[in-house]
Amino acid sequence: MLEIKNLHARIAEDGTEIIRGLNLTVKAGEVAAIMGPNGSGKSTLSYILSGREDYEVTEGEILYNGENILELEASERAAKGIFLAFQYPVEIPGVATMQFLKVAMNEQRKYRGEDELTTPEFMRRVKEAAAELKIAPEMLRRPLNVGFSGGEKKRAEILQMALLEPKLCVLDETDSGLDIDALKIVADGVNALRSPDRAVIVITHYQRLLDYIVPDTVHVLYKGQVIKSGDKTLAHELEANGYADIIEAAA
Amino acid sequence: MNMQQAIKMTAAETALVDAYTAQIGDLPGDGSVLSVRDTLVHELKTAGLPTRRVESWHYTDLRTLLRAVPTADPTAFADRVEALVAGATVLSVRNGHADLKGNAPEGVTIRSYTDSLLDGSAAAGLAVLGTDDAIGRINGGLVRGGLELVIADGTELEDPLEIQLVQSLGQAHTRFPVSFGANTKATVIERHLSTNAAESLISSVSDITVGEGAEITWIVLQQQGAADTHLGQIRFDLAKDAKLHLFLINAGGKLVRQEIHGKTSGEGADFKLRGINLLGGESHTDVTFTLGHNVPHTTSTEIIRNVVFDRAKGVFQGKILVAKDAQKTDAKMACNTLLLSDDADLSAKPELEIFADDVQCGHGATVADIDHTQLFYLMARGIPENKARAMLVNAFVAEIVEELDDEPLVEALESVISAWLEKHA
Ligand SMILES: Nc1ncnc2c1ncn2[C@@H]1O[C@H](COP(=O)(O)OP(=O)(O)OP(=O)(O)O)[C@@H](O)[C@H]1O
Ligand SMILES: [Mg+2]
Repeated sequence: MLEIKNLHARIAEDGTEIIRGLNLTVKAGEVAAIMGPNGSGKSTLSYILSGREDYEVTEGEILYNGENILELEASERAAKGIFLAFQYPVEIPGVATMQFLKVAMNEQRKYRGEDELTTPEFMRRVKEAAAELKIAPEMLRRPLNVGFSGGEKKRAEILQMALLEPKLCVLDETDSGLDIDALKIVADGVNALRSPDRAVIVITHYQRLLDYIVPDTVHVLYKGQVIKSGDKTLAHELEANGYADIIEAAA
Repeated sequence: MNMQQAIKMTAAETALVDAYTAQIGDLPGDGSVLSVRDTLVHELKTAGLPTRRVESWHYTDLRTLLRAVPTADPTAFADRVEALVAGATVLSVRNGHADLKGNAPEGVTIRSYTDSLLDGSAAAGLAVLGTDDAIGRINGGLVRGGLELVIADGTELEDPLEIQLVQSLGQAHTRFPVSFGANTKATVIERHLSTNAAESLISSVSDITVGEGAEITWIVLQQQGAADTHLGQIRFDLAKDAKLHLFLINAGGKLVRQEIHGKTSGEGADFKLRGINLLGGESHTDVTFTLGHNVPHTTSTEIIRNVVFDRAKGVFQGKILVAKDAQKTDAKMACNTLLLSDDADLSAKPELEIFADDVQCGHGATVADIDHTQLFYLMARGIPENKARAMLVNAFVAEIVEELDDEPLVEALESVISAWLEKHA
């Protein structure tokens, strides 16, 4: 589903290279975990995947279902099924959450040539998904992410994911800021989306989330490269020993 | 003086003076009114229109910007339009002529301002606010009509009053002295519209007094045509514990100067100004505001949001004066701008002049582009760039509209804003 080949990317503004020859393949139906020390480029990779323009790809390619997506706008990638749950969801005062959800869902449908949702159908879907994630209706009446607690923001990201039904889900530290119950709820939400035609990339620092969302593969990102890949036992290894050994072995 | 007299009058100055001369004998007014008019037009003739050398007109050189003045056409026809919100009482003023047909809501007395000119009771109110009050001068010289409203003590109006000014072409000069009695509650919409693309020039002065304990919302919605000149002035005076929420939306016009001059005269008075300026094309829009906190314990907040596209130019001048005795004044003024093109421009000049020592006053001005992180967030959810930008611009001003806390009104204003943005963004 996703093939990243020898990707090099830099910050457009000052030219600093962050991603330095990264290779990664994720198959449909797979859950891949990406781990790695702070500043290794995990969030940057997720931004580049979803089309943030602050970064410039200088080499390599990203194939999504065989299509090179580097020329596509962020909105087009989203409509084609790429979803990023942000490490830091963005507050947008003045944009009502419900209005945002409706516009996002319908714009994606329009792009794909599908009919727009009727208001009752939209309401029904939101109500149902919000209930699953234990999101209070009052929260949805507020402006987008404004005044949401850290955990509420993460839950709202998963709500968006559930409603948009993406094919490739990238979760950037969705576990951070969640209490134990919320972690379970969010993990259940992600697991509910697992399907043979969907892939999930989980970026995390902790094994805890991976106890709930059990990955098929684990990749260690360091200085803009995947320096080691393995199965779920690799995450346990990291939890026990940290990154030092792996970094050393790769050097 | 002599120097100035020697300067050749501009086409616009000549046209304004000629408009007056042509109407002598026809302009309504008793002896006292006519003599005030004479003085004002004489001042206009000798001083000319203000230039950038006049401090309060520094960013709006009216003498240069006002190239021509369309001639008044007394036969021009304009139709009334649907009220902004359902249920509003519409007071129709078309091409400067007030229509007194229809019923006034209980507690509201409506009189033709023309009658007040004719019997001379309007004379005192025609005085200008100062030597640089060009709007007061033009309006006072040429005003023909308008409405005088008196809202009796204790009246609470459920539905808004809409003063609907529709202009088709030519000139119109109107006045609206409005007096809200003690403990009244009301929403007034002063709505300026044009029905076509023909050029027009209007001047309009609203003179608002808010009685003790009254709570008034006054909305100025300016939606004139892309060729129009709009010279507006709001004057207000707040009694003890009076609250005035003045809400200004500029969404039209080519050359716009909207002045707001007010004062607090009773303790506990509270003033709120919220302004949205939607600027596009080659337009020039100036909002100039002065507020005198004249007595102790009065409060005010002012928030202006400007959205500037294309080659448009915006100006906000805000001056808060706190008198020596006005201790415990609390005043906060903010002017925030989204500049959406390289050629767009905004000049902000917020000022505080404080003569009391125990006050809380502050002001700030920001200018920014669309927030890139917010834009990316929306796009990452599948919203195309154009639409995402429009949502963010809308959000920037929507926050202010929502403060109105009156659902039909909020909805109506939001649709005015989104219609404007759809056309210009
Ligand atoms: N727009 C930017 N401007 C400046 N520096 C940036 C920018 N984006 C990323 N960086 C830098 O690139 C490096 C990688 O950042 P990134 O956020 O991708 O790390 P990360 O692996 O997600 O870290 P963490 O685990 O702390 O979330 C960091 O050193 C970061 O400071
Ligand atoms: Mg990160």
